[in-house]
Amino acid sequence: MSSTILITITSLSVLAFVSAVILYVVAQKFKVFEDPRIDEVQALLPAANCGGCGFAGCRNMAEALVKADSFEGLNCPVGGASVMAEAARILGKIAPVVDPTVAVLLCNGSPEFRPRTSQYDGASDCRISHSLYLGETDCSYGCMSRGDCERACAFDALHMDTATGLPVINDDKCVSCGACVKACPRHLIELRKKAKKDRKIYVACSNCDKGGPARKACNVACIGCSKCYKVCEFDAITIKDNLAYIDAKKCTFCRKCPTECPTNAIIELNFPPRKPKIEVQAETVNG
Amino acid sequence: MLKTFPKGGVHPPENKITADIPIEYLPLPESVTIPLSQHIGTPSIPAVNKGDSVKTGQVIATGKGFVSANIHSSVSGKVNRIDFALDSTGYKQTAVFIDVEGDEWIGTIDRSKEINREVKLSSEDIIKRCFESGIVGLGGATFPSHVKLTVPSGKKCEVLIINGIECEPFLTSDHRLMLEKGEEILTGVSILMKALKVEKAMIGIENNKPDAIAHIRKLVSAFTGMSVHPLKVKYPQGAEKQLIKALTGREVPSGRLPLDVGAVVHNVGTAFAVYEAVQKNKPLFERVVTVTGKSLSKPGNYMARTGTPLSRLIEAAGGLPGDTGKIINGGPMMGKAVINTDVPVVKGMSGVVLIPREESVRDEIKPCIRCAKCISVCPLNLEPYLLMTLSEKGLFERAEKERITDCMECGSCSFTCPASRPLLDYIRLGKSSVIKMVRERNLK
Repeated sequence: MSSTILITITSLSVLAFVSAVILYVVAQKFKVFEDPRIDEVQALLPAANCGGCGFAGCRNMAEALVKADSFEGLNCPVGGASVMAEAARILGKIAPVVDPTVAVLLCNGSPEFRPRTSQYDGASDCRISHSLYLGETDCSYGCMSRGDCERACAFDALHMDTATGLPVINDDKCVSCGACVKACPRHLIELRKKAKKDRKIYVACSNCDKGGPARKACNVACIGCSKCYKVCEFDAITIKDNLAYIDAKKCTFCRKCPTECPTNAIIELNFPPRKPKIEVQAETVNG
Repeated sequence: MLKTFPKGGVHPPENKITADIPIEYLPLPESVTIPLSQHIGTPSIPAVNKGDSVKTGQVIATGKGFVSANIHSSVSGKVNRIDFALDSTGYKQTAVFIDVEGDEWIGTIDRSKEINREVKLSSEDIIKRCFESGIVGLGGATFPSHVKLTVPSGKKCEVLIINGIECEPFLTSDHRLMLEKGEEILTGVSILMKALKVEKAMIGIENNKPDAIAHIRKLVSAFTGMSVHPLKVKYPQGAEKQLIKALTGREVPSGRLPLDVGAVVHNVGTAFAVYEAVQKNKPLFERVVTVTGKSLSKPGNYMARTGTPLSRLIEAAGGLPGDTGKIINGGPMMGKAVINTDVPVVKGMSGVVLIPREESVRDEIKPCIRCAKCISVCPLNLEPYLLMTLSEKGLFERAEKERITDCMECGSCSFTCPASRPLLDYIRLGKSSVIKMVRERNLK
């Protein structure tokens, strides 16, 4: 009886020792060196795995940062400048200054401005609606209100407004990861440079039709009349395919173009109210 | 026991209310809108300008490249403008707007009523004439017919199959055409046989059209090499691959063409159009459209010029019923709802179905219960429930492996789903995304 126990213990101990030696040798032989800085950088990143940097997840981004010769083209929009600066400090590199951006919807076609001409009752998915026909209104460029962007947002920053049928973006929560930009089959969401006090001036329209059909489909469509282009002193506005675009990097927020726009397609947000004189002028222009 | 295809299929209520109503010529409208893309392939290039006078049958747009088709004016009058117009695809496309003045046909068209059965043209000339006359597949797919008639070297066509199935519910345009223009159709079949250099033609007709079967059987004895085959009623038997399987027992492999098994399929409507083009020199600018619906007061089969607004057809059929929920271009299974009644008649429009509101509303979407009914009805051996999920999640590479591009969009899965899941909606999305993905990959 005692010999059985002894044999068992001995044989198992020998087996354990031999296995340990083999495992040790194999571990040394096939050891993969991993830069410890990858772990360090990864710990800094927000762990959102949102893909906003263009990589599959934060780990891949950390690897790319450690491998990269310079930080050019690499940016974590969620972490922002502070995280990038800290990563740069660890890796002994310089983080380029990247302007923080925020998602902006380039459509203002609520039912009030853009009358419904048909009713869609297929699967509630923008991609399907977009591939099926021009949409519930005569505008084949505008929002289809099926909420693909809302489902794509992992930060609770974007919600569909049931009254207007348009997504509303919460600037405080938006981390500018770009998931909604990719989700929108009509490319209606743009990541625009953030300004102080969340001020924004942009053309809330994506309609490339000529003025007539665009205006007929939607009251607040950009008709490509070039009035804003003429009034802009800073070369910030370009007109392409009957559609105006304001470059956020050049715009100085002089607030001249919104009053000039005959269809109110240019939206200004988070500004103090205009002085009475300008308001009167604005009314006559908009009249 | 009648023949049919072996796997899958459904039997929706037939509702062929217009089967006994003879074809009626629709009066000319005041103006027509003729889209420049009425076929699969490259859109045609306009050959007229604003203000030009055109005659009925005159070429107004020429086909660009091999897979394209000429488009002819369906009326005589003045070109009002060339502009974007909403057509039955649901998108705005370039179209020629013509104001109608009289009805003056170009001189080369033989307008006599007598049937000319003697085929004088050679095989090459027939194919050339089909291209010039803008003949496309009139079963609904609108694939340019001259492409299908051109047999590539190394392949051989052994049998011509004529599709008189009309398996879509409601539609009766092919049925009426077989009854009223039987001899013309069979002459068209002999022309197609000559073009393809085949000795054998099989005409498939579903068994719910006994009068058409009897009529064509009676006529077919006067022609050589043709035979009529009644088939068991099952949707989607009118699909090319299913019809080949049902008639010849041959299965077209995934991703291959009917010609790979030695068959070419043409619709009876196409055969009639080919007859008119070859024997009467008349290009394709009118077709039979079934206008039907349970609430319509005077449903019927109308010979309509292309470009005629749908509103004129509906007017002729007794006016738009108040309870209309959807107006469908094509049959209720594969057709697509149109946005308004200004949409013009195009070459591929076999019917217009008006569905009452309560029948047009989709049921609430419920969770999949894994009953596998969609799998058992899929005639192409696909797994629709899986393809839907893959498309929904954007897993297009996996969807490609599951052969999503084989789907012909017959809608049997959506029709049969007890949970009313939008299977086909998502499969279509996945299919188009996979096709796009493959094209981009091939470019690299």
